[in-house]
Amino acid sequence: MALDEVKIGGLGASRRRVEDNRFIRGKGNYVDDVVLPGMLHMEILRSPLAHARIKSIDTSAAYAIPGVRMVMTGEMMAARNLAWMPTLSYDTQAVLATDKVRFQGQEVCAVIADDPYIARDGVEAIVVDYEPLPPIVNPTQAMADDAVLIRDDKVNQSNNVIFDWEVGDREGTDRAFAEADVVSEIDLHYPRSHPSPIEACGSIADYDRSTSKLTVYMTSQAPHIVRAAVSMVAEIPEHMIRIIAPDLGGGFGNKVPVYPGYVISILASILLEKPVKWIEDKTGNLISTGFGRDVYLKGKVAMRKDGKILGVRMDTVSDHGAFFSDAQPSKFKIGLIHSAFACYDIPTAYLTNRGVYTNKAPGGVAYRCSFRVTEAMFFQERMVQAAADDLGMDQAEFRRINLVKDDDFPKRTPFGFLTDSGQYEKCLQIGLDAIDYDTFQEQKAEAAKRGRLLGLGISTMTEPLGAGNSREYDILGIKMFDSAELRVHMTGKAILRTGAKTQGQGHETTWAQIVAHELGIPAEDIVVEEGDTDTAPFGMGTYASRSTPVAGAAVSMVSRKIRAKARKIAAHLLEVSDEDIEWELGRFYVRGAQDRGVTIQECAMAAYSNVPDGMEPGLENNAYYDPPNLTWPFACYISTVEIDPLTGVWDVIRMVAVDDCGVRINPMIVEGQIMGGLTEAYAMANMQFITFDEDGNCIGSNYMDYLLPTAWETPGFELHEVVTPCPHHPIGAKGIGECATVGGPAAFVNAVMDALKDIGVRNIDMPLLPDRVYEAIQTGQDVSGHPPVKNH
Amino acid sequence: MFPSRFRYEAPTSVEEAIALLGANDDAKVLAGGQSLIPMMKLRFASPALLVDINNIPDLGYHRADADGSFRIGALCRHADLEKSSVLAEHQPLLAAAAPLVADPIVRTRGTFVGSVCHADPQGDWAACMVALGGSIIAQGPNGKRAVEVKDFVSGPFTTVLDRDELAIEAVVPNAQGTRTGGYLKLERRVGDFATAAVAVALDMSGGVVKNAGIGLVGVGAQTINAEEAAQALIGTSLDEASVDKAAELAAAASSPRGDHRGSADYKRHIISTFVTRIIANVQRSEMQVA
Repeated sequence: MALDEVKIGGLGASRRRVEDNRFIRGKGNYVDDVVLPGMLHMEILRSPLAHARIKSIDTSAAYAIPGVRMVMTGEMMAARNLAWMPTLSYDTQAVLATDKVRFQGQEVCAVIADDPYIARDGVEAIVVDYEPLPPIVNPTQAMADDAVLIRDDKVNQSNNVIFDWEVGDREGTDRAFAEADVVSEIDLHYPRSHPSPIEACGSIADYDRSTSKLTVYMTSQAPHIVRAAVSMVAEIPEHMIRIIAPDLGGGFGNKVPVYPGYVISILASILLEKPVKWIEDKTGNLISTGFGRDVYLKGKVAMRKDGKILGVRMDTVSDHGAFFSDAQPSKFKIGLIHSAFACYDIPTAYLTNRGVYTNKAPGGVAYRCSFRVTEAMFFQERMVQAAADDLGMDQAEFRRINLVKDDDFPKRTPFGFLTDSGQYEKCLQIGLDAIDYDTFQEQKAEAAKRGRLLGLGISTMTEPLGAGNSREYDILGIKMFDSAELRVHMTGKAILRTGAKTQGQGHETTWAQIVAHELGIPAEDIVVEEGDTDTAPFGMGTYASRSTPVAGAAVSMVSRKIRAKARKIAAHLLEVSDEDIEWELGRFYVRGAQDRGVTIQECAMAAYSNVPDGMEPGLENNAYYDPPNLTWPFACYISTVEIDPLTGVWDVIRMVAVDDCGVRINPMIVEGQIMGGLTEAYAMANMQFITFDEDGNCIGSNYMDYLLPTAWETPGFELHEVVTPCPHHPIGAKGIGECATVGGPAAFVNAVMDALKDIGVRNIDMPLLPDRVYEAIQTGQDVSGHPPVKNH
Repeated sequence: MFPSRFRYEAPTSVEEAIALLGANDDAKVLAGGQSLIPMMKLRFASPALLVDINNIPDLGYHRADADGSFRIGALCRHADLEKSSVLAEHQPLLAAAAPLVADPIVRTRGTFVGSVCHADPQGDWAACMVALGGSIIAQGPNGKRAVEVKDFVSGPFTTVLDRDELAIEAVVPNAQGTRTGGYLKLERRVGDFATAAVAVALDMSGGVVKNAGIGLVGVGAQTINAEEAAQALIGTSLDEASVDKAAELAAAASSPRGDHRGSADYKRHIISTFVTRIIANVQRSEMQVA
């Protein structure tokens, strides 16, 4: 008899996370928990200035401290051709500064010492003589005619523009605007933010001269990419490099890039022939590692009077900091920003993007998003709300008119992506019903009597997740497929390894559920391992919600290969031909004689003890999966807020989330991902940003200034679901880890703007801190533009 | 954390602690450590000696004395006060502020007296003590002295404590009539430093204000004693004109700096709004009692 899928922990089982067993007992094994014999400790000296020429570096006092083994400078790196390293966006990034420092927090020297206290004492003893240069802290300054050149290290770089890029139909869009009844315009900034995982970055490099092998424990979301990169940069043969990403305390995109600290620790270990541990502190993490966002928009929507959108124009400027090191694998300069308006039926659209250098930390990582889709969807939904308001049309109705209809799939998006499925209007309606949309105006009037302003904001979006198909996505030429390897032991227990790398997503739990679904082996009988390049199959790692769409698909496919072999073994055991074998969960049986069967476990035993003649023994296999398309989850987020007009403080009354991520492998984990994403969305809208004063000092270098919401502030969330299976994924699943972070911010901001529209305010740039909301209420004007920091 | 090298002593009596402080130029007292330890972590503070007073017995108390005064020992934690029914009964302003100090984690360890001694212009308790006319009892080799908190804090992060003195107790004087008041704080997130906060203490008798004090947080280089604003309330029945006057004077007494928490004008506006709101809350709860 077929097994009960939920009971064995298959698809749809809200199985408890197996990894939590060790985490809640304090038994996790993070990079900083790893202690190797004879290990030395490294600390980095960072630039206090945003832009300055290095006149001299005096390391003598540091060397004089007992226990200091080495002080690494840019000059020493340069002697080994390692002062600069290539970035994932085909630029170069300084490992240790040789000529200039280009952002506050840039790596200048590194001290390697017997313990981390001495390493820090050593860092304090280094004397660097800087000649300050004018700092550039935003794109306007960067593009000014008289702007100082930040990247004077690059030949052929005569200004601070990195690239100009465009997509879409310029002429067609111009025509749409010429024919429009109404044109809505809005300028927006998506501020710089930081993924800020609880665990900062770190590495332990261990070069063993006797074996020529380099082992690096590293906080990496993509260990195989790092292995390839280290092999190319450090010219060590790939088979002599082992990258181990142990437990990760969160990643959120922060742990995709290769950071200078990793490279320096590797060189230090090679030179000193000792393991060298580098553990970044939180300030170092916040001021120097991959940020997210920092994009400006001039947006325009062309409409007919009846609400139909005729065309969209988006002109964007992105601030990349001192080095163009966006960690993204697409062929497009600014990631997937042109996935904007994918859920709407837009006849024509045109987007431009200019990337600029500034004296700020580099990064441009996909902070809990699929390569700039967060900016795309935020801009889209703010433009949509402004357009509805400018037209004087109900915001839900305006969306209904323009959303892609269920039977229009497959549908080409205005910028050329192909969406394949969805029930957008259904999601919207569930959300509207849940929030009591029809009675909201009454609630608003009631609140007005108490002197409070109420607003309701909607955000609907579909986003491209699961990079990617190998036609359009690669990193340094390596295609964006992923992999899984499954070994079924003779007792029917199994070990599964993938090329992804969990960092909180729960792969150890959910991958086993996919195997359970495909093979009927109980999930608890399957152990999942990731992150060690010597044992895991090659894969591109975990970010951009790609694990379930790509590695998860590979898990399905490898399980099916195992099942195909087991079927042959079953036929042999049951003494019938392959064609007479039927499968039900966990068991093969003879067609027409259901009681004559063998379990998958019996097949596993036979694979090692009684294989048919000519069959290779064993029951293991691997699969590489190259997805035919991205997956397109849809979401509708609706929030209501109440504003205290005397302080500008706003509180979320309700937040309703309707997510369609296709088939849910583990509903509990999916809900956890959505709640986490909504929390980060709320953070972005309410409090969280990294900004800089006019001297280029980073405001947001610690958790007193860079605000993460706690359980205290975070509102409650009400979750709903729609299931439209992904048509091309083996189990119909789509990405979900990031939808709420991507679509959520606009719901909160739109709600605040809805509350303020009657007094003439159309925009406040995020984060909507109380003082900015108060200013808008007092003046009846927008509060937009560069981050509002005036320290004088 | 990797602070600079320091020496650590854990005396078991006040006298021993005072002797250690007197014998060392660069010593810091460790009570709850919720400000000192982060500063040492960042190496903003690198004291040569830490004098940990946590092993000194009998300093964790808080109590209402028969003379009407309220006393808080040097090792009384914020969380002790937050949960205290005796505080709620006798000191409504302090009871209102207790759950707003820092965040729940800090409150389990940080101390009331330590917060006042840290003299951070963002400190909640110093402003409450200024509003209440409270004092710190400092003990040195030659005995004890009481210093009013408004005089105790001499500047940002500095107090009038001598090198060899230990702040052993905070004292709130008795009420002239019925004590009431409140505390409001605007913070971007729990545990954030206040954008602005206001402490109002009122002693009422027969519907008339007998004594008043207003302390301001985060709107100047140190805790601000809005004395004129408080004076505007004394002798009144908290009529609208007097309250408006006090709110205006309180805003005028502040000298905020614009920063990423808000402009100077915004902070002044918050001060006056909060003075008005605290008094309105007081009146509303009086009406409920009546």
